[in-house]
Amino acid sequence: MSTHDDSTLLPPAGPPATSPGGDDARGRGEGVGEAKEVEGLSQGQIVWGRFIRHKGAIFGLVILISVALLSFVSMGIGPIKGLWKHQDYTRSGTVVDGGRPTLQLPFLPGGGFAIGDHPFGQDSIGSDSFAQVMKGVQTSLLVMVVLGLTALVIGVTIGAIAGYYRGKVDTVLMRFTDLIITLPVLVLGAVLGRLLDVLPVKLDATAAQREAIRSNMPLLLAVVLGMILWTGLARLTRSEFLSLREREFVDSARVAGASDWRIITKHILPNAVGVIIVNVTLLMSVAVTLEAALSFLNFGIKKPNVSLGLLIAENQGAFATRPWLFWWPGLFIILIALSVNFIGDGLRDAFDPRTRKIPSERTMKRAAAKLEAARRPEEETK
Amino acid sequence: MVRFLARRLGMALGILALLSVIMYLLLDVAIDPLEELRTDPSPNRDQKIANRIALLDLDKPVWIRYLNWLGRFVQGDFGLAWRSMTPVNHLLTTAIPTSIQLVFASTVIAILLGVTIGVLSALRQYTPFDYAITFVAFLLYSLPIFWVAVLLKQFLAIGLNDYINDPSVNWALVVGLSLLSGLFWLGALGGTVKRRLITFALAFAATFGVLAYALGSGWVQHPRIGVVGVGAVAFATAFAVSALFAGLNNRRALGAAFTTAAFGVLAWFGCQWLFFYVPMNELRLLGLLVAAVLVSLLIGWLWGGPDRAVSMRGAAIVAVATSVMVFIDRVFQGWEQYSASGLIRGRPIATIGAATPGLNGDFWIAQLDKFTHLLLPTIALVMISFASYTRYQRGATLEVLNQDYIRTARAKGLPERLVIVRHALRNALMPLASIVPVDFVAMVGGAVVTETIFSWAGMGSLFVRSLLQGEVDPVMVYVMIVGGLAMVANLIADFLYAVIDPRIRVNA
Repeated sequence: MSTHDDSTLLPPAGPPATSPGGDDARGRGEGVGEAKEVEGLSQGQIVWGRFIRHKGAIFGLVILISVALLSFVSMGIGPIKGLWKHQDYTRSGTVVDGGRPTLQLPFLPGGGFAIGDHPFGQDSIGSDSFAQVMKGVQTSLLVMVVLGLTALVIGVTIGAIAGYYRGKVDTVLMRFTDLIITLPVLVLGAVLGRLLDVLPVKLDATAAQREAIRSNMPLLLAVVLGMILWTGLARLTRSEFLSLREREFVDSARVAGASDWRIITKHILPNAVGVIIVNVTLLMSVAVTLEAALSFLNFGIKKPNVSLGLLIAENQGAFATRPWLFWWPGLFIILIALSVNFIGDGLRDAFDPRTRKIPSERTMKRAAAKLEAARRPEEETK
Repeated sequence: MVRFLARRLGMALGILALLSVIMYLLLDVAIDPLEELRTDPSPNRDQKIANRIALLDLDKPVWIRYLNWLGRFVQGDFGLAWRSMTPVNHLLTTAIPTSIQLVFASTVIAILLGVTIGVLSALRQYTPFDYAITFVAFLLYSLPIFWVAVLLKQFLAIGLNDYINDPSVNWALVVGLSLLSGLFWLGALGGTVKRRLITFALAFAATFGVLAYALGSGWVQHPRIGVVGVGAVAFATAFAVSALFAGLNNRRALGAAFTTAAFGVLAWFGCQWLFFYVPMNELRLLGLLVAAVLVSLLIGWLWGGPDRAVSMRGAAIVAVATSVMVFIDRVFQGWEQYSASGLIRGRPIATIGAATPGLNGDFWIAQLDKFTHLLLPTIALVMISFASYTRYQRGATLEVLNQDYIRTARAKGLPERLVIVRHALRNALMPLASIVPVDFVAMVGGAVVTETIFSWAGMGSLFVRSLLQGEVDPVMVYVMIVGGLAMVANLIADFLYAVIDPRIRVNA
């Protein structure tokens, strides 16, 4: 049996006047619930309303914001100092208790709750692991956002031009996209990451320039990776544009004398924004694991910068002796990528009117019984 | 069609040529062959640098080096890995088979598992089962593979090896796994509350029984399947295939499947004799598999009836499953000898490499060795691609289930099994034709991390090593092979799709 068309098994809903119109009547598929639900709301409000009802997405949003807050409050942003006592994550110190983590949680062996001096433990030279992981989280978030924005700008520009102008421009741009898509992202990323590493040497850069490049490595890497990850977005934007440009509202705008630029930005783009946002979000979750993998392979972020992948790569050999150095960075990669995935899923459902949530069988039966109960007294009075 | 293929092939070659130019120029910047010499303190540093520049033609402009490279490449000379002075052609002869070996098994397993679970998840849309599968898929998406790989090495490999040497059963784990299996089947099969409870109890009992037997009776130390195991799998497959694809009412299909299973059990005895007297290799095994499928098709044809194709198809699936079991059974028969070998020393699950170096043994021992080495990387790779296949198949199935022809099929009173298997599943599987070839190639090129972690000397680790050591030629060959394969895969995908889907018209 299948459950996807259970709504047809339900007794037909009563006429609008007699239906209770409460929460149960909502989301019933076609008909009454739908119209009521979106009455007098703007597109943005409808999408937002659907989004905040998506449990997974809200769960993801809360986790992501908590992780970001934790890392920025503890380690600060740029010149602003954070609240955590070990601000310098590279400084060595005395190793206390074999570097064991001092964090105690009620459900872990040991019990009770304590943060202690080094909640995530220390590495072999006594640096604070919590500070490193939090700094790594900042790197991951930075790479994620910058990569997403770079890919967004390039992908949407290329896709929009190809889809709007079609013809020769389209062919050239799409062949260019094919060219980039040919190689796996990881391979291109590795070559470009290596290029960033070697470039200062090849250019005979001065010490100051090298320092500038080195300290901005995460930013540069994110931009470079964004320059190879835009392909999917471009293809998608192009296909959206191809279908939207044939619609009547575009014709009417053109008849009214709107320029190409205006038609693209004011008439077509707003209609394609849902698909674009969803895909950028999913791209961002890929970005987190991609950066980690590149750093792990030694093609990404290098010391003295810190990234979660780099922390794992450095500490994988010490798994037998100091497993905590390995657990925490991995856990935070998963937390970030997973929550971004859930946000993307929620956005997709919110933007796509077709993927409406159908209540479970039990909820629908209860709603049907309620309707029945509401109808019966009326019939008796007739 | 020929014109279409020729045009696509020409375009692919053009893109490949352009790719080679761009990558060569990029690599010229990204690769620094003089890296370690720049900081070399020895007195003859300048001489060393001059030697290396002469060796690698670094004094010539990059476009001349590119043309030289291209000229050699076109003639089939892929250059030199100059650090070890090994010709790249020589490196490739071991690297390519290693990579394909690594990726092949995991792709097949990931597709089978991912597609099955994706379809189930779509059929149970918006149930707790669907949500659970979605969550697992998202979790697998988010897992960093290198992190999982270290955990696999640490817990699965070392844990299993420890268990083999010192069997003490972790009953909490057994009960936990049995509960999970019960819940999975409960969610997957669905039905009324009573049916769900029965499903749960049966799945729980079966899993618990199998695990308890395997762990308690020392099966893990001395794994063997034997004729009983082969027969059990053969008949279970026969039953499942008939129930799913033909319906138990189709007596002829059921008969064909069971006859094939019985033949399979008989063939097991024949194979023992054959394997003992005739030395085997991959080609002969493949021949045996083809023979088994042919015999099964004949059995299906002989059962006859108005719908011969159904019987033949079912029988062929049973034949493949049984053949695989006979093969695995024979491989496991070498377990004692393998495990006791001086190189293995009773810790059979390997964490690195593609084979135990210097292991002496016949074909079967080598197969077993391959299997123990493949186990961990295969699990890691399956975990990555399983998630995307599940999500993809779920989406494709949902799309099909909302089509009008499904409604029509239901409306005319077809049983739900037929609606799903004949009308929905076939159409939902079509998009796979366009992603499987591309995906397979992407795996060959993208198993870079997996190969590096598990120290498989495949193409991916060749790429990483050469890029770090500043060798242009191996990297370029890797790029060209992966790029070329991607082109071919795309071509095959388009072609397959055009063949399968009559709605697609090839504009020649």
